[in-house]
Amino acid sequence: MEQDVFKIKIGGLAGQGIKSSGVMLSKVATRSGYDIYNYLEYQSLIRGGHNCMQISVSKKPVFGPSNRNDFLIALNSETIDLHLKELNPGSSILFDESIKVKPPEGVKLFPISLLKLAAKAGGGEILSNTVALGASIALLGGDLKIFLDLINEEYSTKTPEIAKLNQKAAELGFNFAIEKFAKGIKKIIPKQESAETKMVIEGTEALATGAIAAGVEFAAIYPMSPIAGLLHFLAFYQEKYGYIFKQPEDEISAINMAIGASFAGARSMTATSGGGFSLMTEGYGLAGMTETPLVIIEGMRPGPATGLPTWSGQGDLQFILHAHQGDFPRIVLAAGDIKEAFELTMQAFNLADKYQTPVVLLVDKNICEHNQSFPTFDISSYEINRGKLTKELIPNYQRYKKEDDGISQRTIPGTGNFFITNSYEHDSFGFSTEAENEVKDQMEKRMSKLKTIESDMPIPQLFGPEEADITIVSWGSNKGSILEALKLFNNVNFIHLTGLNPFPSDSVKTKLEKARHIIDIECNYTGQLAGLIREKTGIEIKDLFLKFDGRPIFKEEIVDKINSVLKRS
Amino acid sequence: MIKLEDLTTKCNPTWCPGCGNFGIWGAFKNAVVKQGWDNTNSVLVAGIGCHGNFVNFIKLTSFEGLHGRAIPVATGIKLANHKLNVFVFSGDGDCLGEGGNHLLHGARRNHDLTVMIHDNELYSLTTGQTSPASPHGLKTKSTPFGNPDYPISPVTLAIAAGATFVARGYAGDIPRLTELIIKANAHKGFSVIDVLQPCVTFNKDFNHKFFQENTYQLENYDATNKEEAFKKSLEWGLKQIPLGIFYKEEKPSYEESLPQLKEKVLIENSNIRKNLDDLFRKFV
Repeated sequence: MEQDVFKIKIGGLAGQGIKSSGVMLSKVATRSGYDIYNYLEYQSLIRGGHNCMQISVSKKPVFGPSNRNDFLIALNSETIDLHLKELNPGSSILFDESIKVKPPEGVKLFPISLLKLAAKAGGGEILSNTVALGASIALLGGDLKIFLDLINEEYSTKTPEIAKLNQKAAELGFNFAIEKFAKGIKKIIPKQESAETKMVIEGTEALATGAIAAGVEFAAIYPMSPIAGLLHFLAFYQEKYGYIFKQPEDEISAINMAIGASFAGARSMTATSGGGFSLMTEGYGLAGMTETPLVIIEGMRPGPATGLPTWSGQGDLQFILHAHQGDFPRIVLAAGDIKEAFELTMQAFNLADKYQTPVVLLVDKNICEHNQSFPTFDISSYEINRGKLTKELIPNYQRYKKEDDGISQRTIPGTGNFFITNSYEHDSFGFSTEAENEVKDQMEKRMSKLKTIESDMPIPQLFGPEEADITIVSWGSNKGSILEALKLFNNVNFIHLTGLNPFPSDSVKTKLEKARHIIDIECNYTGQLAGLIREKTGIEIKDLFLKFDGRPIFKEEIVDKINSVLKRS
Repeated sequence: MIKLEDLTTKCNPTWCPGCGNFGIWGAFKNAVVKQGWDNTNSVLVAGIGCHGNFVNFIKLTSFEGLHGRAIPVATGIKLANHKLNVFVFSGDGDCLGEGGNHLLHGARRNHDLTVMIHDNELYSLTTGQTSPASPHGLKTKSTPFGNPDYPISPVTLAIAAGATFVARGYAGDIPRLTELIIKANAHKGFSVIDVLQPCVTFNKDFNHKFFQENTYQLENYDATNKEEAFKKSLEWGLKQIPLGIFYKEEKPSYEESLPQLKEKVLIENSNIRKNLDDLFRKFV
């Protein structure tokens, strides 16, 4: 490979198959022995509008997107107009020969007969993206056979004739590029000898597989971007893995159904974005008050209101930390990448069951709808922990009995045990009460769980040297770009937070007190994590690097920020 | 076998003397004893309103949820363990106002639930405001010059939404209400009983005397005819309030149609870690 990370961007109209083409090309790269990171941009439209996906390829794992590109696959002329400025010197553009392109300086042009070859393959315009992929694979020094095999696996079981047409289109594109542009071929993805088996997995797929791995039994999810993929995945595999997915009438119903199923003994979850969570707010506290285990996945996009439906944000942290009237123990986790999304989903189910309270897993759209390559996830060390759940008959059973750790024995209806699970303040049996001592006891019992939970929370992760000139603190998908930037500095470290409530105050305080200069990086307007850190540790972070335009924070922006601070000091 | 006294809890009902809820309570307890519903086979879900306190006065496992949200909670319970008899206690404000959407969709999906609407045509726990079932012109604390809105017919609404068992009972006729509850539960599918229930404190118009004088039992009536059922459901006036089963349709319940529930109840299915090799292979 000529560069550490080679960035390919494929763009076109919504409906032209940009995302599936991007994933296909990614799998060609991973099967050839490389790692990839994909970044998808699209608008809330079904047809029309501009879609693009960036595929970053490297011999080493890639963690985040870049705002520069090396190879542009343009399925329409707009793609060239929009992304020309992102091209590094020496980049290439692959496009249909009918598009008129004024050759930009330092950029190589590869006009390909996309439409003609698609027609020749026998499928018409719809095959032009496959022709483009075939040609791209040729120009990137890739292996055609890997692509043909992938096409076969993708289509042959359902529609063998479509598999054949696509294979033909791929071959025509590949051969055209080889014959016409033999001198332009770069060795970016030649097949490596030992190609380790790697997955190309999207965030929502990781969340869904995490839930299935954790033994999810019931999921009620109302469609919303960016968690629709999670819903589709769970819906598709429900019969095979023996759980129920239900699309309810609204998010209010979603959370209440999930609470009902959990009360009846099923491992339950729901998922939504910020707007849907607004509707779930009353159910969130219901789970807290009734001490019903529940996993809520919140895929963040910029708000308020409809906001930017298909873009990414991190503006819901303080909302999740405070939503609902009154106090109740809530566990709030946030994933920094796709693998963390998978692992934290599994962990969320155990935490919910152990502590009998709602667990929210925050994931930003940049995680939900992006792909990354990983070695196959290992679930062998995961144990399902249902906590203090019993189906035995218990004499004089008290559902909300006061315990030192705040966690009472839980049972389910149908066991013969009598109990009331009550949204009203209740006594230890669950009967409604307004007696001062009982009200106080129950609040203290519930809230004492927060202390117990602390030992089970994920601890802050420190990347980079123990001592550094600059300490970055952040959460969510910024992790990827920060890690990419960190590759260039040896005097910068990074505290990545995945457990946000209960907050790891002591650990964060100790780390930040050692820091010489702290930069808080977030994708929201107010610096919500910085606010939380100040609340919990008393440390005020003065240097906030915030972005709230729906776009991810790119590695280059962080590098610039670090350099500007280093220059000042 | 469960006896009436087994249902007693430490709590005494907090309803006003003469409240229609006593009748529903009595009828339900009679049905419980007759049918042997107990903590091994039954669960109750209540919303918020005067009816919601119900769960404290009967020793059956229950979930008292949020205002309007009893049906989704009950749906989740039924899907998790479809062998349980799941009873929903709701009110006219709870089920037709705040939770109206859930009634529509629960009915449409034909979940095997028994929903009782404690219908006193008023919000009484909040001391007497108009409800979606209050008559036009009714003076309440929130409509001091008369209700400008027109009432919804819970029976018409339930039939239109797709409920497969729709009935109306009267809280003052405990034996007949007992029978209705038993029949509604025996029906496999979404059952709704609109229970006319006087609020003796805040609704002076619809008292026991009014219902005794103006209701009649549906007899010689074909409850499988949907068109007739719609017609009957719209009947409301002096001496013209029908009681009994308006509509009944045999149709597979939602739970019966799910392949995941063919052999076992959901909660017996898993809790063992699954082999995900097939799934992971898909991503390679």
